[in-house]
Amino acid sequence: MENTGRKKVITEDDVRYVARLSRLRLDEKDVTMFRGQLSAILEYIEQLNEVDTEGVPPTSHVLSSMKNVFREDEPGVSLSPEEALSNAPEKKDGFFKVPRIIKEA
Amino acid sequence: MSNKYETVIGLEVHVQLATKTKVFCGCSTAFGARPNTQVCPVCLGLPGVLPVLNRKAFKYVIKVALALGCDIQKTVKFDRKNYYYPDLPKNYQISQHDMPLAYDGKVTIVAEDGNTTDIRVTRAHLEEDAGKLLHDPGLPFSYVDLNRTGTPLLEIVSEPDIRTPEEAHRYLVTLKQIIKYLEVSDCNMEEGSLRCDANISLREKGAPGFGSKVEIKNLNSFKAVRDALAFEEERQAGLLDDGEKIVQETRLWDEKKNVTVSMRVKEEAQDYRYFPEPDLVPFEVRADLVEEMRASMPEMPRERALRFSRQYKLGEKDVEVLISEKDIADFFEQVAGCFDKPRVVCNWIKGEIMRHMNERGTDIRGLNLKPGDLAKLIKMVDDEFISGISGKDVLEACIETGKDPAAIVRKKGLEQVSDEGALEGIVEKVIAENERSVTDYKSGKTAALSFLVGQVMKATKGKANPKLAGEMLRRKLG
Amino acid sequence: MEDILSSIDGFKRWLKGRTGSLADAARFLTDRISSIDADVRAFARIDAERIARRASGLEKAGKKGRLYGVPVAIKDNICAKGELTTCASRILEGFRPPYSAAVVEKLSAEGALLIGGANMDEFAFGSSCETSCYGPTRNPWDTSRIPGGSSGGSAAAVASGEVTAALGSDTGGSIRQPAAMCGVVGFKPTYGRVSRYGLIAFASSLDQIGPITRNVADCAAILEVISGYDNRDSTSVNMEVPRYTESLSEETGGLTIGIPGEYFRAGIAEGVRSRIDEAIKVFRDLGARTVDISLPHTKYAVSCYYIIAPAEASSNLARYDGVHYGYRSPGPGGLEELYTASRNAGLGEEAKRRILLGTYSLSSGYYEAYYLKAQKVRTRIADDFREAFKACDCILTPTSPTTAFKIGERVDDPLTMYLSDIFTIPANLAGLPAISVPCGPGENGLPVGLQLMAAPFNEETLIRAASAFERNTEHHKLRPEGL
Repeated sequence: MENTGRKKVITEDDVRYVARLSRLRLDEKDVTMFRGQLSAILEYIEQLNEVDTEGVPPTSHVLSSMKNVFREDEPGVSLSPEEALSNAPEKKDGFFKVPRIIKEA
Repeated sequence: MSNKYETVIGLEVHVQLATKTKVFCGCSTAFGARPNTQVCPVCLGLPGVLPVLNRKAFKYVIKVALALGCDIQKTVKFDRKNYYYPDLPKNYQISQHDMPLAYDGKVTIVAEDGNTTDIRVTRAHLEEDAGKLLHDPGLPFSYVDLNRTGTPLLEIVSEPDIRTPEEAHRYLVTLKQIIKYLEVSDCNMEEGSLRCDANISLREKGAPGFGSKVEIKNLNSFKAVRDALAFEEERQAGLLDDGEKIVQETRLWDEKKNVTVSMRVKEEAQDYRYFPEPDLVPFEVRADLVEEMRASMPEMPRERALRFSRQYKLGEKDVEVLISEKDIADFFEQVAGCFDKPRVVCNWIKGEIMRHMNERGTDIRGLNLKPGDLAKLIKMVDDEFISGISGKDVLEACIETGKDPAAIVRKKGLEQVSDEGALEGIVEKVIAENERSVTDYKSGKTAALSFLVGQVMKATKGKANPKLAGEMLRRKLG
Repeated sequence: MEDILSSIDGFKRWLKGRTGSLADAARFLTDRISSIDADVRAFARIDAERIARRASGLEKAGKKGRLYGVPVAIKDNICAKGELTTCASRILEGFRPPYSAAVVEKLSAEGALLIGGANMDEFAFGSSCETSCYGPTRNPWDTSRIPGGSSGGSAAAVASGEVTAALGSDTGGSIRQPAAMCGVVGFKPTYGRVSRYGLIAFASSLDQIGPITRNVADCAAILEVISGYDNRDSTSVNMEVPRYTESLSEETGGLTIGIPGEYFRAGIAEGVRSRIDEAIKVFRDLGARTVDISLPHTKYAVSCYYIIAPAEASSNLARYDGVHYGYRSPGPGGLEELYTASRNAGLGEEAKRRILLGTYSLSSGYYEAYYLKAQKVRTRIADDFREAFKACDCILTPTSPTTAFKIGERVDDPLTMYLSDIFTIPANLAGLPAISVPCGPGENGLPVGLQLMAAPFNEETLIRAASAFERNTEHHKLRPEGL
């Protein structure tokens, strides 16, 4: 049984860190709220440590019959450029347009 | 560089696999199309679409794995590598994290002096390529073209076994040669179908562990790799000599100024949150598939080199030229199969054929020359049916028109004149008109004879058999 | 209002008895929906003109399929070419997919009249339909209450008689729980039975599309149409699809039904408990054998789910960033600003909560303790079922521990909300087929659902058992008052 003894309750810094990874910006009120809620959820989830999983393989695909699914190297149908860009918030000359990627100096 | 330090280099190579379609969808992988014309909901990363693995891409990786002597995973899985970038429409890349398809292989490089070194390959895995970004100079915008998104990409990571920029260069040349032999990629650095990042660090000779490493990007040719590493080697040695520390960072190679430039000083620690890709199922690499791939492997460059020197009795340098590319080696063997003087064939390929390739900027296939035609041509020259000079003209015409060399010879009337009767008058005339050379020859300047033969050739528009012409002149001036 | 949409056959009779074009019938139906929906709000949008045009198209096509003209609501997370599909999220504002989901193609090929935009919890994150950017759908039985979720719009549209059938998606109970709370039939097929191509992903290893209908026969009919292999979905299973409608009339004699003690321990509302007990008796009376079984890891299912599902979701939702489609924040600034501003404004609070949770459990240093651990516990849960199905053909439980709760009652307490999916989550974790059928009114006369689960690809067993139950009870005939 994995028991790291690590304090797992999420801190406000943790919330800020995962918000940054997920490209969400939270104000301090949000940070406090989410920390509280996520702590409650994660504390509940701690019960997973009661389960002995020694030697148990992880399940990524629940049905073991699912394997070896390929497609052949044969051309499919591509979209027309109009369709490809039909949902683009901004486009120019057949490209998706975004603010310039600024390299940190 | 002072010999206080030892250089430690590792290379990370990305090779686009030459499948017709992308790795997870049926869009074309062709280079150079108009932006966003080779895209579908899958490679655009639209909501609700799912990847399905291209069987050929999977097989190609197994081929490379076998050629590099790698161990191959029995069950292959894919993982998501999560990071945000506008050329990655899903904001995760389907890649392989902890269980790469192939691992623990090697690339054997041959130094100038013939000594071999093994560079270990840590891992080789399959992933999807990202799109391309264009930047508008002066304007605050970037433009995204997703045609390249989803092209199958093979990543090959070496151990830090490389010790000099020259070795790095040889590693790349050898790796490219192997991959091209397998015909799984065209390895064209200009079109980005082969890309390379380099890691380099220095340590004091004999020191355990590694120094802080610098990653170099923007390496657009093998020469750039060698030059950038050489620059970086000097730069780091200079800093260490001055008692400074090497900053672990990413640097860009500036090809124009021949320097590396720091990309950013402080990189945020990457947290890719890898986890198994739930939209793809596991893939078993069964023994029969590996055997099928092994059986489909061509003879690889090293084996072929050994066989060539044995079978065709050719020198090492000649062999290296012939096996440098699989197509050239194949072509040589096809010609040599029709005309049994390998050394003569080799000389034609090394000389005239390669000259035409260079002049036309094409590979051997691009010449559209049938091996049988070249064999016929070489035989005509060898049999003295046509002269060597005519032979070159015929080859040129052959490449230009694709016509049969015998037909070209006939049409141009290039058959060598080896009939004494037909040459008699011309030889007489040349003697009569070149008194000075005749005198020279008679006074012992044998070189004058070549000039006179040349005149006979000129008068016959190259058709005279030069050997016969020489004999006749010698006799007459005797 | 006349209950013309109580069944596919009933609708067909009604349609046959009408004169005029299918487009006219479609207009009649959309008018009806608009009128009922003033209270229920099952749809995010109804574009009557597009629907009428689609009806004309079906009529012109000539071929009358098995579902000709039948109005089928489509959850707002299933793509139809050119139709607004937004997952009830502002971040997909204006998104019209240039392609159709496999299920949409299949239903269209059989002539179904698809009515998109069934309301849902944003990105299917929820059990109450309250996290929709369009506001909550109301339960037709009591409009002060939630319809369940996340396919709340689909279930409410069927229960209120706006449509004959609906498609929902089920990641942790999102078809079965709203079906139970709205008193209709909901079916989650075996993972891999129905193609996910075109279903906007929540948690890829758990999601599955399925029907919501007024009766088991219609459920079987829709399931028959939407099931089957699709080479665009690697997790779609290449197995022949049985004729589910042929299992409808089979008897339940000889069937062994497992009753898992772990599902009956605590926390079940009395009104639910007594209905389930009665249902068990009905099955016994029909000649089925019941056996006590144990699914020892049941209590870990919610924890396991709330690691795996948000982790996958955090990655699946990364693509909504304002670059290639969907909502883009108009604010100035660089690319990073565009990402965060678009996501901040485009995603709702529950979506953010799950993204944060999922990102946390995958982040450096936590993967093994959370994600990998949960995957191992998932194996244990699936093993429990494998073991249990050695002793029984299907497993009977309540679908939800309670009947529909009041709108707003649990919004501030995510954990309690999450725990309400305790009975439906295990089937997703184990990939099993499961059905919810009405089994009578509980507290306040609100519907209670009975859940049956079977081994993978044993959908027929569920159809057979549920159909027999339905034939021998009257619960499915109950209608919300005023409709």
